[in-house]
Amino acid sequence: MSAAAIPAAGPVREPWWRGLGRFNVFTGIVLGIGGYLIGALVIGHVLSKGIPAQTETNQNDIEFVCGILLGIVGFLVGMGFLNYPIARLTGAAPTLREKEEKGIARYFTLCTDHKVVGIQYLWGVLFFFLVAGLNAMLIRTQLLYPTEHFWSADNYITLVGLHGTMMMMMTTSMVLGPFGNYFVPVMVGAKRMAFPRIEALSFWLLPVAGVVLLAAVGAKGFPTGWTGYANLSVQAKLGMDCYLISFALIGISMALVGFNMLVTVYTMRAPGMTWTRLPIFVWSVIATAFLQLLAAPVLIAGMSLVLLDRVVGTTFFMPFSGGSPFLYENLFWFFGHPEVYILALPGFGLVLEILPVFSRKPLWGYRLAVAGLMGVALLSFFVWQHHLFVSGINPDLRPFFMFTTELISIPTALVFLNAMGTLFRGKIRFSVPMLFALALFFNFFIGGASGVFLSDAPSDVSTHGSFFVMAHFHYTIMGGLVFAFFGGLFYWFPKMFGVHLNEKLGKLQFWLFFIFFNLTFFPLFAVGMLGQPRRVSAYSPSLQWLNDWVTAAAYMIGLSFAVFVVNVVYSCFFERRRPEANPWHSKGIEWQLPTPIPVDNFERVPVINASPYEYGTPEAPLVANLNPSHAEVVAAGG
Amino acid sequence: MSTGGEGGLKVPPELRRIAWLWLVLSVVATPLVVIFVGPLLPPGSASDAAHGQQQDNTVMVAIVVPIMIGLLLYFINALIMFRGKDEADALTDGPAIRGQTRVMVLWIATTFVIVLLLAAWGAYELFPGEEGAGGGLGSAPISVALPANASSALPVQVIGQQWTWTYRYPTFGGVETTELVLPVGQEVRFSVTSIDVIHSFWAVHLAVKADAVPGNANVAFVKPVREESSTVRCAELCGLWHGHMTSRLRVVSPAAFRAWIAHEREKWAPIQHYLPAYKPTYAPEPTYRAE
Repeated sequence: MSAAAIPAAGPVREPWWRGLGRFNVFTGIVLGIGGYLIGALVIGHVLSKGIPAQTETNQNDIEFVCGILLGIVGFLVGMGFLNYPIARLTGAAPTLREKEEKGIARYFTLCTDHKVVGIQYLWGVLFFFLVAGLNAMLIRTQLLYPTEHFWSADNYITLVGLHGTMMMMMTTSMVLGPFGNYFVPVMVGAKRMAFPRIEALSFWLLPVAGVVLLAAVGAKGFPTGWTGYANLSVQAKLGMDCYLISFALIGISMALVGFNMLVTVYTMRAPGMTWTRLPIFVWSVIATAFLQLLAAPVLIAGMSLVLLDRVVGTTFFMPFSGGSPFLYENLFWFFGHPEVYILALPGFGLVLEILPVFSRKPLWGYRLAVAGLMGVALLSFFVWQHHLFVSGINPDLRPFFMFTTELISIPTALVFLNAMGTLFRGKIRFSVPMLFALALFFNFFIGGASGVFLSDAPSDVSTHGSFFVMAHFHYTIMGGLVFAFFGGLFYWFPKMFGVHLNEKLGKLQFWLFFIFFNLTFFPLFAVGMLGQPRRVSAYSPSLQWLNDWVTAAAYMIGLSFAVFVVNVVYSCFFERRRPEANPWHSKGIEWQLPTPIPVDNFERVPVINASPYEYGTPEAPLVANLNPSHAEVVAAGG
Repeated sequence: MSTGGEGGLKVPPELRRIAWLWLVLSVVATPLVVIFVGPLLPPGSASDAAHGQQQDNTVMVAIVVPIMIGLLLYFINALIMFRGKDEADALTDGPAIRGQTRVMVLWIATTFVIVLLLAAWGAYELFPGEEGAGGGLGSAPISVALPANASSALPVQVIGQQWTWTYRYPTFGGVETTELVLPVGQEVRFSVTSIDVIHSFWAVHLAVKADAVPGNANVAFVKPVREESSTVRCAELCGLWHGHMTSRLRVVSPAAFRAWIAHEREKWAPIQHYLPAYKPTYAPEPTYRAE
């Protein structure tokens, strides 16, 4: 096929098979189910023939895994991820045609508009947050009684695994997914992400992973929690394959998001957008993207090796056949610790973005904040063995890992200093986004201080693997990331949807959430110290009243999220308060654009003239010159 | 970095009051917490390791308390003092203070000193010579990690399996029991292993925790100092009945211990020869996966 046959400026030629379906989520589901059936019943069946370990037990991993893998491929083909590569191979001109579709339908297709992907991510993330949150309610219900009362031990352990894994998978993209995809290109003055189709792929892997993980319920569950320690995972039932494949998919998605964000920020900044004018949120995205790019492949490797142990019969982690469970622990935590900073850093970036707007001051110590974010990112690769202090690793290394872990409190404390300096002599407004942002510092301080107890190797002996750890990371992830997420959502909702969320309901949600979050998780430090291990379906009867208290408070957190749902429905369908063009009086570039932001963001390449934090400098120019003359573009280095 | 308007490290007037308040509160609260809360902190003082960890926790609480008071005071003060008086006032800009190098340097230096102190204290607690920290030390701990009387310690093997604990006393003919009984005041050397998946041996009130990893013998030392009964739990998710993987732990007088172990040996003598010979680890056969 020669290039000459292609009309020079015309739209991409419709492939003949496009008439068979429109390549949306429904064709994806159809091909996904078809792929599963072919993979399981044909390919897997043939491959597993003559392997008694698979065929003569009541679980055939080869069939199951082949089915899931082919189902995933089928879904992605059905979504249309192969259309463009095939069209290009057959000689079509490069295009971003998917971006131009209009209407609700584009949210159910492969869409290359970064704003559509951001909103897809938002609803996807909220959906998984809802499912995993309901799991948490069911877990707490079980713990009303010290023995199995509501769920069997079997169901309980699966609930724990689902809650943990789904939250960990979902929260990796909780900020980078919706807000990163939606606002990073806008904030750097670009018209799109660097790799729009990879951006779409990184989103569509999320629902696939979620569905595969939920399928574990129908495949006898998995007993390992979110850490999936080998060799327990090797002996587990079929549901384990769901965990392994879905977590690996999330790893792929994470790595894709990471490198897409990095390339976008490096190469697509508008003229005049120097590194010191970059919004701090974008810096936190850069730090997170580095972590995702470097840590996620280790996760994918770990998951693949366990899958090989289970399906092919290798013995990477089988202790009596030459393998080692320690190998898995190291692989997992080499990913797992950067992972928790993948969750924390975007939260820091978000609140530092919100604070200057609502204190009407420049971000205090901008470079220090960048150093703090980057410092956390760098150090997070040198601390993973603090998860293994009592595991029987070489004990000489404990002082080293204790020291590196405690070192992280220095860059983290810088973020606190930025906040304190920004508030100083400001004009503070207690709008809903600001309340969430301020709460992060309270919660994260408790999370960080309890982290010091855990990083201390002697103290960790008692707290390791107990509810103390569980309270600690809920304080950092829920108290940090989830609070920041809601702050960001209330802040940017008017820009994303053209609707102002109700302030009163927002404040009600905030206070319910903040008070009962603390009433839930603070007592859990005591529960852990008093000897209740994590993930148990039965505990010492002497701890029942504390557990009942926690469960009651946890239900109230659930209520606070119900208030949020009511708020969204009420604001979007009943109140419909159209926001002003710049409801928060922010200097951010995204508020200079019309709402909704046009498909290409900027009519012309903008020129950036100032940092977005020029509060208190009346003579400072607007951040972006949206209609620059040629001379201005050249002067800005464009 | 452009530094903001004022130079010097003088405490700004807005902060003078809370600076004094912080000083007074910290000086009062920290010793009170150390004296009254410290002895109540988990994991108690039923063993040398528990006592060491309690001390450790006390030190960290003592460091955290003034920091927490300071941050709370600063934030509450700032939120009250710098709030916009009304809607219009909240939309005027504050002064364009972009940073102050001396504050940053002071802040970094302070956090760095705190971190160094914490790390040094933690490392000191880890290798104290007399008192072990109670954590698993791996299969071949270096001598500096061992307690002084390690050589005279009573060896006890802890075997984890789904979902129960068993104990072997190699110096008493390798007798195997389902209950952990220890003589008070005697250094004990646990050797923790597993025959299936990873468990974690947690003698809660003795403040001992050591992962039981199949194929590995994880050594941990402890000296119980009080006669007390409690429960051993599993602290690493090991499958279905993880929450029920408990066993009884009794710390008794040396005489009672000798009587108990003699009784156990006698009771199990008829089937002792069915047990495998005592080894640091055991490899079960066959090694197929369950069901």
